[in-house]
Amino acid sequence: MTLTDATTATTGHRSGLRLRVDRVSLGYGPGEPVVRNLSLDVPPGEVLVVVGASGCGKSTLLRALAGLLPVAAGTVAADGTTITGPSPDRALVFQDDALLSWRTARRNVELPLSIRRVTGADRRRRAEGWLARVGLAGQEHRLPAQLSGGMRQRVQLARTLAGGPRAILMDEPFGALDAQTRAAMQRLLVDVLRSTPATVVFVTHDVDEALFIGDRVAVLGPGGVQTLVDVPQPRDPATRGTPVVRAARGTILAALGADDRSHPC
Amino acid sequence: MTTASAAGPSATVAPAPAEEPPAEPVRRAGRGPHPLRWAVRIGSLVGALLLWQWLTAADVTLWVRFDRLPTPVAVAEQFGRVARDPVYYQDIAQSLVRILSGFALAAVVGIAAGVAVARSWLLSDVLQPLFEVVRPIPAIALVPVAILLFPRNEEGIVFITFTAAFFPILVSTRHAVRALPTVWEDAVRTMGGGRWRVLSSVVLPGALPGVFGGLSVGMGVSWICVISAEMISGDFGVGYRTWHAYTIVDYPAVLVGMVTIGVLGWGTAAAVELLGRRVTRWLPARQAGGAR
Repeated sequence: MTLTDATTATTGHRSGLRLRVDRVSLGYGPGEPVVRNLSLDVPPGEVLVVVGASGCGKSTLLRALAGLLPVAAGTVAADGTTITGPSPDRALVFQDDALLSWRTARRNVELPLSIRRVTGADRRRRAEGWLARVGLAGQEHRLPAQLSGGMRQRVQLARTLAGGPRAILMDEPFGALDAQTRAAMQRLLVDVLRSTPATVVFVTHDVDEALFIGDRVAVLGPGGVQTLVDVPQPRDPATRGTPVVRAARGTILAALGADDRSHPC
Repeated sequence: MTTASAAGPSATVAPAPAEEPPAEPVRRAGRGPHPLRWAVRIGSLVGALLLWQWLTAADVTLWVRFDRLPTPVAVAEQFGRVARDPVYYQDIAQSLVRILSGFALAAVVGIAAGVAVARSWLLSDVLQPLFEVVRPIPAIALVPVAILLFPRNEEGIVFITFTAAFFPILVSTRHAVRALPTVWEDAVRTMGGGRWRVLSSVVLPGALPGVFGGLSVGMGVSWICVISAEMISGDFGVGYRTWHAYTIVDYPAVLVGMVTIGVLGWGTAAAVELLGRRVTRWLPARQAGGAR
Protein backbone atom coordinates (compact mmCIF):
# COMPACT_ATOMS: atom_id res chain seq x y z
CA MET A 1 0.00 0.00 0.00
CA THR A 2 2.58 2.42 1.21
CA LEU A 3 4.70 1.40 -1.68
CA THR A 4 2.22 2.17 -4.43
CA ASP A 5 1.62 5.53 -2.79
CA ALA A 6 5.31 6.19 -2.71
CA THR A 7 5.75 5.13 -6.30
CA THR A 8 2.98 7.29 -7.69
CA ALA A 9 3.83 10.17 -5.43
CA THR A 10 7.44 10.30 -6.51
CA THR A 11 7.32 9.13 -10.10
CA GLY A 12 3.80 10.33 -10.80
CA HIS A 13 2.73 9.64 -14.33
CA ARG A 14 5.98 10.91 -15.68
CA SER A 15 7.55 9.06 -18.54
CA GLY A 16 11.13 8.03 -19.08
CA LEU A 17 13.56 10.42 -20.72
CA ARG A 18 14.73 10.05 -24.28
CA LEU A 19 18.51 10.26 -24.14
CA ARG A 20 20.39 11.21 -27.26
CA VAL A 21 24.15 11.23 -27.67
CA ASP A 22 25.22 12.86 -30.90
CA ARG A 23 28.79 12.62 -32.25
CA VAL A 24 30.18 13.20 -28.78
CA SER A 25 33.82 13.35 -27.71
CA LEU A 26 34.58 13.10 -24.03
CA GLY A 27 37.70 13.39 -21.97
CA TYR A 28 39.24 14.73 -18.80
CA GLY A 29 41.27 17.84 -19.40
CA PRO A 30 43.42 18.43 -22.47
CA GLY A 31 44.81 15.50 -24.45
CA GLU A 32 43.33 12.49 -26.17
CA PRO A 33 39.60 12.17 -25.51
CA VAL A 34 38.48 8.91 -23.89
CA VAL A 35 35.40 8.73 -26.10
CA ARG A 36 35.36 9.97 -29.67
CA ASN A 37 32.50 10.53 -32.10
CA LEU A 38 29.97 8.47 -30.14
CA SER A 39 26.30 8.45 -31.11
CA LEU A 40 23.48 6.70 -29.28
CA ASP A 41 19.74 7.05 -29.03
CA VAL A 42 17.92 5.64 -26.04
CA PRO A 43 14.12 5.76 -26.40
CA PRO A 44 12.03 6.48 -23.27
CA GLY A 45 11.68 3.52 -20.93
CA GLU A 46 14.34 1.42 -22.61
CA VAL A 47 16.99 -0.45 -20.65
CA LEU A 48 20.19 -0.01 -22.62
CA VAL A 49 23.23 -1.93 -21.40
CA VAL A 50 26.66 -0.66 -22.37
CA VAL A 51 29.55 -3.13 -22.41
CA GLY A 52 33.11 -2.69 -23.58
CA ALA A 53 36.71 -3.10 -22.55
CA SER A 54 38.04 -1.13 -19.59
CA GLY A 55 39.09 2.33 -20.63
CA CYS A 56 36.61 2.59 -23.48
CA GLY A 57 34.81 5.36 -21.66
CA LYS A 58 31.68 3.60 -20.40
CA SER A 59 31.75 5.45 -17.08
CA THR A 60 32.76 8.65 -18.82
CA LEU A 61 29.68 8.37 -21.02
CA LEU A 62 27.47 7.96 -17.93
CA ARG A 63 29.04 11.00 -16.27
CA ALA A 64 28.27 13.03 -19.37
CA LEU A 65 24.66 11.81 -19.38
CA ALA A 66 24.42 12.68 -15.68
CA GLY A 67 25.66 16.17 -16.46
CA LEU A 68 28.75 15.84 -14.28
CA LEU A 69 31.17 16.01 -17.21
CA PRO A 70 30.88 18.58 -20.00
CA VAL A 71 31.30 17.19 -23.51
CA ALA A 72 34.40 18.15 -25.50
CA ALA A 73 32.47 18.00 -28.78
CA GLY A 74 28.99 17.02 -29.95
CA THR A 75 25.82 17.15 -27.88
CA VAL A 76 24.15 15.10 -25.17
CA ALA A 77 20.44 15.73 -24.83
CA ALA A 78 17.56 14.57 -22.66
CA ASP A 79 14.12 14.88 -24.27
CA GLY A 80 15.61 17.20 -26.85
CA THR A 81 17.16 19.57 -24.32
CA THR A 82 20.94 19.77 -24.24
CA ILE A 83 22.36 18.51 -20.95
CA THR A 84 24.47 21.18 -19.26
CA GLY A 85 24.49 20.05 -15.66
CA PRO A 86 23.15 17.49 -13.19
CA SER A 87 19.42 17.15 -12.65
CA PRO A 88 17.30 15.05 -10.28
CA ASP A 89 15.68 13.65 -13.45
CA ARG A 90 18.89 11.77 -14.21
CA ALA A 91 20.10 9.74 -11.24
CA LEU A 92 23.52 8.10 -11.15
CA VAL A 93 24.09 4.80 -9.32
CA PHE A 94 27.67 4.06 -8.35
CA GLN A 95 29.60 0.84 -7.87
CA ASP A 96 30.11 1.20 -4.14
CA ASP A 97 30.62 3.59 -1.25
CA ALA A 98 28.20 6.17 -2.56
CA LEU A 99 26.09 6.09 0.60
CA LEU A 100 26.84 8.82 3.10
CA SER A 101 28.61 6.90 5.87
CA TRP A 102 27.21 9.02 8.69
CA ARG A 103 23.60 8.54 7.69
CA THR A 104 21.57 5.44 8.47
CA ALA A 105 20.00 3.48 5.63
CA ARG A 106 16.73 5.36 6.10
CA ARG A 107 18.38 8.78 6.27
CA ASN A 108 20.28 7.97 3.08
CA VAL A 109 17.06 7.14 1.28
CA GLU A 110 15.50 10.32 2.69
CA LEU A 111 18.21 12.46 1.13
CA PRO A 112 16.72 12.86 -2.38
CA LEU A 113 13.32 13.38 -0.75
CA SER A 114 14.55 16.18 1.45
CA ILE A 115 16.25 17.77 -1.56
CA ARG A 116 12.81 17.71 -3.15
CA ARG A 117 11.45 19.30 0.04
CA VAL A 118 9.41 16.32 1.16
CA THR A 119 9.34 16.67 4.95
CA GLY A 120 8.50 14.97 8.21
CA ALA A 121 6.42 11.83 8.50
CA ASP A 122 5.75 11.69 4.78
CA ARG A 123 9.44 11.59 3.96
CA ARG A 124 10.07 8.93 6.55
CA ARG A 125 7.18 6.79 5.38
CA ARG A 126 8.29 6.93 1.75
CA ALA A 127 11.89 6.10 2.62
CA GLU A 128 10.76 3.13 4.67
CA GLY A 129 8.51 2.05 1.79
CA TRP A 130 11.42 2.04 -0.63
CA LEU A 131 13.66 0.17 1.79
CA ALA A 132 10.97 -2.46 2.19
CA ARG A 133 10.69 -2.62 -1.60
CA VAL A 134 14.35 -3.63 -1.90
CA GLY A 135 14.00 -6.15 0.94
CA LEU A 136 15.56 -4.13 3.73
CA ALA A 137 12.61 -3.70 6.08
CA GLY A 138 13.92 -3.68 9.64
CA GLN A 139 17.40 -2.49 8.60
CA GLU A 140 16.49 1.20 8.52
CA HIS A 141 18.68 2.17 11.45
CA ARG A 142 21.86 0.54 10.27
CA LEU A 143 24.80 2.61 9.11
CA PRO A 144 26.39 1.71 5.75
CA ALA A 145 29.41 0.23 7.57
CA GLN A 146 27.03 -2.18 9.33
CA LEU A 147 25.61 -3.48 6.05
CA SER A 148 27.07 -5.98 3.58
CA GLY A 149 28.07 -4.85 0.09
CA GLY A 150 24.85 -6.24 -1.40
CA MET A 151 22.72 -4.52 1.21
CA ARG A 152 24.49 -1.23 0.59
CA GLN A 153 23.67 -1.51 -3.11
CA ARG A 154 20.04 -2.21 -2.20
CA VAL A 155 20.01 0.97 -0.15
CA GLN A 156 21.54 2.85 -3.06
CA LEU A 157 18.86 1.48 -5.36
CA ALA A 158 16.15 2.54 -2.90
CA ARG A 159 17.72 5.98 -2.59
CA THR A 160 17.82 6.36 -6.37
CA LEU A 161 14.22 5.27 -6.88
CA ALA A 162 12.99 7.46 -4.02
CA GLY A 163 14.09 10.50 -5.99
CA GLY A 164 11.72 9.51 -8.80
CA PRO A 165 14.22 9.96 -11.64
CA ARG A 166 13.16 9.74 -15.28
CA ALA A 167 16.48 8.20 -16.22
CA ILE A 168 18.68 5.94 -14.12
CA LEU A 169 22.36 5.73 -15.04
CA MET A 170 24.01 2.72 -13.45
CA ASP A 171 27.80 2.43 -13.37
CA GLU A 172 28.65 -1.23 -12.76
CA PRO A 173 26.38 -1.23 -9.73
CA PHE A 174 26.94 -4.92 -9.01
CA GLY A 175 30.60 -5.02 -10.02
CA ALA A 176 31.88 -5.35 -6.45
CA LEU A 177 29.50 -8.14 -5.43
CA ASP A 178 30.05 -11.89 -5.37
CA ALA A 179 28.29 -14.03 -7.97
CA GLN A 180 25.36 -15.08 -5.77
CA THR A 181 24.59 -11.62 -4.44
CA ARG A 182 24.98 -10.25 -7.92
CA ALA A 183 22.39 -12.67 -9.34
CA ALA A 184 19.96 -11.75 -6.55
CA MET A 185 20.52 -8.04 -7.22
CA GLN A 186 19.93 -8.53 -10.95
CA ARG A 187 16.57 -10.17 -10.21
CA LEU A 188 15.69 -7.40 -7.77
CA LEU A 189 16.61 -4.72 -10.29
CA VAL A 190 14.54 -6.30 -13.07
CA ASP A 191 11.67 -6.53 -10.60
CA VAL A 192 11.78 -2.90 -9.37
CA LEU A 193 12.32 -1.50 -12.85
CA ARG A 194 8.88 -2.85 -13.77
CA SER A 195 7.29 -0.27 -11.48
CA THR A 196 9.13 2.72 -12.90
CA PRO A 197 8.87 4.24 -16.36
CA ALA A 198 12.46 5.47 -16.17
CA THR A 199 14.92 5.00 -19.00
CA VAL A 200 17.96 3.01 -17.83
CA VAL A 201 21.54 3.08 -19.06
CA PHE A 202 23.42 0.26 -17.37
CA VAL A 203 27.18 -0.18 -17.67
CA THR A 204 28.68 -3.59 -16.99
CA HIS A 205 31.59 -5.91 -17.77
CA ASP A 206 29.37 -8.94 -17.60
CA VAL A 207 27.77 -10.08 -20.85
CA ASP A 208 25.30 -12.41 -19.12
CA GLU A 209 24.21 -9.58 -16.86
CA ALA A 210 23.76 -7.40 -19.95
CA LEU A 211 21.56 -10.04 -21.61
CA PHE A 212 19.51 -10.57 -18.48
CA ILE A 213 18.79 -6.90 -17.78
CA GLY A 214 18.77 -5.05 -21.09
CA ASP A 215 16.43 -4.42 -23.98
CA ARG A 216 19.46 -3.64 -26.10
CA VAL A 217 23.18 -4.08 -25.58
CA ALA A 218 25.67 -1.59 -27.00
CA VAL A 219 29.28 -2.68 -27.36
CA LEU A 220 31.54 0.31 -26.98
CA GLY A 221 34.81 0.40 -28.87
CA PRO A 222 37.43 3.02 -29.61
CA GLY A 223 35.45 4.25 -32.59
CA GLY A 224 32.16 4.71 -30.72
CA VAL A 225 29.40 2.11 -30.62
CA GLN A 226 30.83 -1.04 -32.23
CA THR A 227 27.69 -3.17 -32.27
CA LEU A 228 24.09 -2.80 -31.07
CA VAL A 229 22.33 -6.03 -30.21
CA ASP A 230 18.60 -6.35 -29.54
CA VAL A 231 17.97 -8.76 -26.70
CA PRO A 232 15.35 -11.32 -27.70
CA GLN A 233 12.48 -11.35 -25.17
CA PRO A 234 14.17 -9.08 -22.64
CA ARG A 235 14.08 -9.95 -18.92
CA ASP A 236 12.37 -13.28 -19.44
CA PRO A 237 14.24 -15.86 -17.33
CA ALA A 238 12.78 -18.64 -19.48
CA THR A 239 14.88 -17.55 -22.46
CA ARG A 240 18.17 -18.07 -20.61
CA GLY A 241 20.40 -20.35 -22.61
CA THR A 242 18.03 -20.63 -25.61
CA PRO A 243 19.62 -20.52 -29.10
CA VAL A 244 18.45 -16.95 -29.82
CA VAL A 245 20.02 -15.63 -26.63
CA ARG A 246 23.16 -17.67 -27.24
CA ALA A 247 23.37 -16.12 -30.68
CA ALA A 248 23.05 -12.60 -29.21
CA ARG A 249 25.71 -13.49 -26.65
CA GLY A 250 27.98 -14.72 -29.41
CA THR A 251 27.55 -11.48 -31.34
CA ILE A 252 28.42 -9.38 -28.29
CA LEU A 253 31.44 -11.48 -27.36
CA ALA A 254 32.63 -11.40 -30.96
CA ALA A 255 32.39 -7.60 -30.98
CA LEU A 256 34.28 -7.42 -27.69
CA GLY A 257 36.88 -9.91 -28.86
CA ALA A 258 37.46 -8.18 -32.19
CA ASP A 259 37.99 -5.05 -30.23
CA ASP A 260 40.62 -6.67 -28.04
CA ARG A 261 42.71 -7.87 -30.95
CA SER A 262 42.69 -4.83 -33.17
CA HIS A 263 42.80 -1.79 -30.92
CA PRO A 264 42.48 -2.21 -27.20
CA CYS A 265 41.13 0.93 -25.66
CA MET B 1 36.41 -7.74 -20.51
CA THR B 2 39.87 -7.85 -21.96
CA THR B 3 40.19 -11.56 -21.22
CA ALA B 4 36.86 -12.57 -22.74
CA SER B 5 37.02 -14.15 -26.12
CA ALA B 6 34.27 -15.36 -28.39
CA ALA B 7 34.85 -18.93 -27.29
CA GLY B 8 35.26 -18.10 -23.60
CA PRO B 9 33.08 -20.30 -21.42
CA SER B 10 32.43 -17.53 -18.92
CA ALA B 11 31.65 -13.97 -19.73
CA THR B 12 31.80 -12.86 -16.14
CA VAL B 13 34.78 -11.09 -14.71
CA ALA B 14 36.68 -12.84 -11.93
CA PRO B 15 34.46 -13.28 -8.88
CA ALA B 16 34.59 -10.50 -6.33
CA PRO B 17 35.54 -11.35 -2.75
CA ALA B 18 32.79 -13.21 -0.94
CA GLU B 19 30.05 -11.15 0.60
CA GLU B 20 31.02 -10.32 4.12
CA PRO B 21 28.37 -10.81 6.78
CA PRO B 22 26.90 -7.64 8.26
CA ALA B 23 29.58 -6.79 10.76
CA GLU B 24 29.36 -4.59 13.81
CA PRO B 25 32.36 -2.41 13.10
CA VAL B 26 30.90 0.74 14.59
CA ARG B 27 31.80 1.84 18.08
CA ARG B 28 29.34 0.95 20.73
CA ALA B 29 28.37 4.03 22.66
CA GLY B 30 29.40 4.26 26.27
CA ARG B 31 31.95 1.48 26.16
CA GLY B 32 34.72 2.50 28.52
CA PRO B 33 38.15 1.04 28.94
CA HIS B 34 38.70 -1.81 31.35
CA PRO B 35 38.73 -0.80 35.08
CA LEU B 36 42.31 -2.05 35.29
CA ARG B 37 43.34 0.57 32.77
CA TRP B 38 41.80 3.27 34.94
CA ALA B 39 43.80 1.93 37.87
CA VAL B 40 46.99 2.22 35.78
CA ARG B 41 46.13 5.79 34.78
CA ILE B 42 45.50 6.91 38.35
CA GLY B 43 48.57 4.99 39.49
CA SER B 44 50.66 6.93 36.97
CA LEU B 45 49.59 10.27 38.46
CA VAL B 46 50.03 9.07 42.05
CA GLY B 47 53.46 7.68 41.20
CA ALA B 48 54.57 11.02 39.78
CA LEU B 49 53.37 12.79 42.93
CA LEU B 50 55.22 10.33 45.16
CA LEU B 51 58.42 10.78 43.13
CA TRP B 52 58.06 14.56 43.41
CA GLN B 53 57.51 14.29 47.16
CA TRP B 54 60.58 12.09 47.62
CA LEU B 55 62.82 14.27 45.42
CA THR B 56 61.86 17.47 47.21
CA ALA B 57 61.59 16.13 50.78
CA ALA B 58 64.99 14.41 50.49
CA ASP B 59 66.50 17.60 48.93
CA VAL B 60 68.00 15.58 46.07
CA THR B 61 70.64 17.48 44.09
CA LEU B 62 71.93 15.53 41.12
CA TRP B 63 72.96 18.48 38.89
CA VAL B 64 69.20 19.22 38.77
CA ARG B 65 68.44 20.64 42.23
CA PHE B 66 65.22 19.68 43.97
CA ASP B 67 66.16 21.25 47.33
CA ARG B 68 64.38 24.52 46.66
CA LEU B 69 61.34 23.20 44.79
CA PRO B 70 58.21 23.16 47.01
CA THR B 71 57.02 19.73 48.03
CA PRO B 72 53.59 18.52 46.86
CA VAL B 73 52.46 18.79 50.47
CA ALA B 74 53.45 22.47 50.59
CA VAL B 75 51.66 23.02 47.28
CA ALA B 76 48.57 21.25 48.64
CA GLU B 77 48.60 23.44 51.76
CA GLN B 78 48.89 26.52 49.56
CA PHE B 79 45.99 25.21 47.46
CA GLY B 80 43.96 24.82 50.66
CA ARG B 81 44.44 28.51 51.40
CA VAL B 82 43.87 29.63 47.77
CA ALA B 83 40.74 27.49 47.37
CA ARG B 84 39.02 29.54 50.09
CA ASP B 85 39.81 32.76 48.27
CA PRO B 86 37.14 33.86 45.74
CA VAL B 87 39.87 35.52 43.65
CA TYR B 88 41.11 32.06 42.65
CA TYR B 89 37.74 31.23 41.09
CA GLN B 90 37.45 34.63 39.47
CA ASP B 91 40.82 34.02 37.83
CA ILE B 92 39.73 30.63 36.56
CA ALA B 93 36.47 32.07 35.23
CA GLN B 94 38.36 34.91 33.57
CA SER B 95 40.80 32.58 31.82
CA LEU B 96 38.00 30.23 30.76
CA VAL B 97 35.96 33.07 29.27
CA ARG B 98 39.01 34.25 27.33
CA ILE B 99 39.97 30.84 26.01
CA LEU B 100 36.43 29.74 25.19
CA SER B 101 35.57 32.93 23.30
CA GLY B 102 38.86 32.86 21.39
CA PHE B 103 38.51 29.17 20.65
CA ALA B 104 34.85 29.39 19.62
CA LEU B 105 35.64 32.23 17.23
CA ALA B 106 38.60 30.29 15.84
CA ALA B 107 36.43 27.20 15.35
CA VAL B 108 33.78 29.08 13.38
CA VAL B 109 36.17 31.21 11.32
CA GLY B 110 38.74 28.41 10.91
CA ILE B 111 36.22 25.86 9.64
CA ALA B 112 34.62 28.41 7.31
CA ALA B 113 37.98 29.53 5.95
CA GLY B 114 39.21 25.94 5.61
CA VAL B 115 36.13 24.95 3.59
CA ALA B 116 36.36 28.12 1.47
CA VAL B 117 40.03 27.61 0.67
CA ALA B 118 39.50 23.92 -0.14
CA ARG B 119 36.46 24.45 -2.33
CA SER B 120 37.17 27.64 -4.26
CA TRP B 121 40.28 28.32 -6.30
CA LEU B 122 39.58 32.05 -6.16
CA LEU B 123 39.31 32.21 -2.38
CA SER B 124 42.28 29.89 -2.17
CA ASP B 125 44.38 32.25 -4.28
CA VAL B 126 43.22 35.30 -2.31
CA LEU B 127 43.54 33.89 1.21
CA GLN B 128 46.19 31.22 1.05
CA PRO B 129 49.21 33.57 0.65
CA LEU B 130 48.02 35.63 3.63
CA PHE B 131 47.56 32.54 5.77
CA GLU B 132 50.94 31.14 4.83
CA VAL B 133 52.71 34.37 5.75
CA VAL B 134 50.93 34.84 9.09
CA ARG B 135 50.96 31.18 10.12
CA PRO B 136 54.64 30.90 11.11
CA ILE B 137 54.36 33.88 13.48
CA PRO B 138 53.86 32.58 17.02
CA ALA B 139 50.56 33.94 18.29
CA ILE B 140 52.26 35.23 21.41
CA ALA B 141 54.48 37.43 19.25
CA LEU B 142 51.30 39.28 18.32
CA VAL B 143 51.03 40.84 21.79
CA PRO B 144 52.42 44.22 20.65
CA VAL B 145 50.05 44.24 17.67
CA ALA B 146 47.14 43.25 19.90
CA ILE B 147 47.93 46.09 22.30
CA LEU B 148 47.95 48.55 19.40
CA LEU B 149 44.84 47.19 17.72
CA PHE B 150 42.43 46.64 20.57
CA PRO B 151 41.11 49.27 22.96
CA ARG B 152 41.08 46.86 25.88
CA ASN B 153 43.46 44.26 27.15
CA GLU B 154 40.67 41.69 27.26
CA GLU B 155 40.02 41.75 23.52
CA GLY B 156 43.73 41.58 22.81
CA ILE B 157 44.06 38.36 24.80
CA VAL B 158 41.03 36.84 23.07
CA PHE B 159 42.54 37.86 19.73
CA ILE B 160 45.81 36.09 20.53
CA THR B 161 43.96 32.96 21.64
CA PHE B 162 41.91 33.09 18.47
CA THR B 163 44.96 33.37 16.25
CA ALA B 164 46.65 30.48 18.01
CA ALA B 165 43.70 28.11 17.53
CA PHE B 166 42.76 29.38 14.06
CA PHE B 167 45.61 27.87 12.05
CA PRO B 168 45.47 24.25 13.20
CA ILE B 169 41.69 24.31 12.65
CA LEU B 170 42.06 25.92 9.22
CA VAL B 171 44.74 23.53 8.02
CA SER B 172 43.03 20.36 9.19
CA THR B 173 39.68 21.47 7.78
CA ARG B 174 41.29 22.23 4.43
CA HIS B 175 42.93 18.82 4.28
CA ALA B 176 39.79 17.00 5.40
CA VAL B 177 37.63 18.74 2.78
CA ARG B 178 40.17 18.10 0.01
CA ALA B 179 40.38 14.43 0.95
CA LEU B 180 36.62 13.82 0.65
CA PRO B 181 35.74 11.21 -1.99
CA THR B 182 34.05 12.88 -4.96
CA VAL B 183 31.43 10.13 -5.19
CA TRP B 184 29.41 11.65 -2.32
CA GLU B 185 29.27 15.03 -3.96
CA ASP B 186 28.44 13.50 -7.35
CA ALA B 187 25.63 11.50 -5.76
CA VAL B 188 24.07 14.55 -4.10
CA ARG B 189 24.41 16.64 -7.24
CA THR B 190 22.68 14.02 -9.39
CA MET B 191 19.84 14.03 -6.85
CA GLY B 192 19.40 17.70 -7.63
CA GLY B 193 21.31 19.03 -4.64
CA GLY B 194 22.91 22.45 -5.12
CA ARG B 195 25.99 24.08 -3.64
CA TRP B 196 24.51 24.56 -0.17
CA ARG B 197 23.10 21.07 -0.03
CA VAL B 198 26.50 19.63 -0.95
CA LEU B 199 28.06 21.79 1.75
CA SER B 200 25.63 20.88 4.49
CA SER B 201 25.01 17.23 3.62
CA VAL B 202 28.43 16.14 2.35
CA VAL B 203 31.30 18.53 2.98
CA LEU B 204 30.70 19.48 6.62
CA PRO B 205 29.67 16.08 8.00
CA GLY B 206 32.27 14.26 5.88
CA ALA B 207 35.08 16.54 7.02
CA LEU B 208 34.15 16.44 10.71
CA PRO B 209 36.58 13.68 11.75
CA GLY B 210 39.48 15.69 10.34
CA VAL B 211 38.12 18.96 11.69
CA PHE B 212 38.08 17.54 15.20
CA GLY B 213 41.77 16.71 14.90
CA GLY B 214 42.35 20.42 14.30
CA LEU B 215 40.05 21.42 17.15
CA SER B 216 42.03 19.23 19.58
CA VAL B 217 45.34 20.75 18.53
CA GLY B 218 43.77 24.22 18.52
CA MET B 219 42.53 23.84 22.08
CA GLY B 220 46.03 22.87 23.20
CA VAL B 221 47.75 25.88 21.64
CA SER B 222 44.94 28.14 22.86
CA TRP B 223 45.91 27.35 26.45
CA ILE B 224 49.57 28.01 25.79
CA CYS B 225 48.72 31.38 24.32
CA VAL B 226 46.06 32.53 26.76
CA ILE B 227 48.37 31.82 29.71
CA SER B 228 51.35 33.47 28.04
CA ALA B 229 49.28 36.49 27.07
CA GLU B 230 47.98 36.81 30.62
CA MET B 231 51.51 36.60 31.96
CA ILE B 232 52.63 39.39 29.66
CA SER B 233 49.69 41.75 29.65
CA GLY B 234 46.93 40.50 31.92
CA ASP B 235 45.63 41.91 35.15
CA PHE B 236 43.50 38.88 36.00
CA GLY B 237 43.45 35.24 35.11
CA VAL B 238 45.35 32.10 36.04
CA GLY B 239 48.37 33.06 33.93
CA TYR B 240 48.61 36.53 35.48
CA ARG B 241 48.20 35.13 39.02
CA THR B 242 50.90 32.52 38.43
CA TRP B 243 53.33 35.11 37.12
CA HIS B 244 52.44 37.47 39.96
CA ALA B 245 53.23 34.71 42.49
CA TYR B 246 56.63 34.31 40.84
CA THR B 247 57.39 38.04 41.12
CA ILE B 248 56.76 37.88 44.87
CA VAL B 249 58.78 34.64 45.11
CA ASP B 250 55.81 32.56 46.32
CA TYR B 251 56.81 29.26 44.73
CA PRO B 252 54.03 27.10 46.19
CA ALA B 253 51.52 29.56 44.65
CA VAL B 254 53.35 29.34 41.30
CA LEU B 255 52.94 25.58 41.38
CA VAL B 256 49.27 25.86 42.37
CA GLY B 257 48.83 28.02 39.24
CA MET B 258 50.65 25.52 37.08
CA VAL B 259 48.64 22.56 38.32
CA THR B 260 45.45 24.58 37.81
CA ILE B 261 46.43 25.27 34.19
CA GLY B 262 47.19 21.60 33.69
CA VAL B 263 43.86 20.44 35.04
CA LEU B 264 41.87 23.06 33.10
CA GLY B 265 43.71 22.18 29.89
CA TRP B 266 43.05 18.50 30.42
CA GLY B 267 39.37 19.19 31.05
CA THR B 268 38.85 21.28 27.91
CA ALA B 269 40.82 18.83 25.77
CA ALA B 270 38.67 15.99 27.10
CA ALA B 271 35.52 18.00 26.31
CA VAL B 272 36.63 18.48 22.69
CA GLU B 273 37.56 14.81 22.45
CA LEU B 274 34.22 13.68 23.88
CA LEU B 275 32.24 15.94 21.56
CA GLY B 276 34.32 14.70 18.63
CA ARG B 277 33.58 11.08 19.43
CA ARG B 278 29.93 11.86 19.80
CA VAL B 279 29.52 13.49 16.40
CA THR B 280 31.72 11.00 14.54
CA ARG B 281 30.20 7.89 16.04
CA TRP B 282 29.59 6.57 12.51
CA LEU B 283 33.31 6.08 11.94
CA PRO B 284 34.38 2.44 11.84
CA ALA B 285 36.00 1.36 15.10
CA ARG B 286 39.76 1.65 15.33
CA GLN B 287 41.74 -1.55 15.65
CA ALA B 288 40.53 -3.35 18.74
CA GLY B 289 42.52 -2.43 21.84
CA GLY B 290 43.89 0.73 20.26
CA ALA B 291 44.56 3.79 22.41
CA ARG B 292 41.48 5.78 23.22
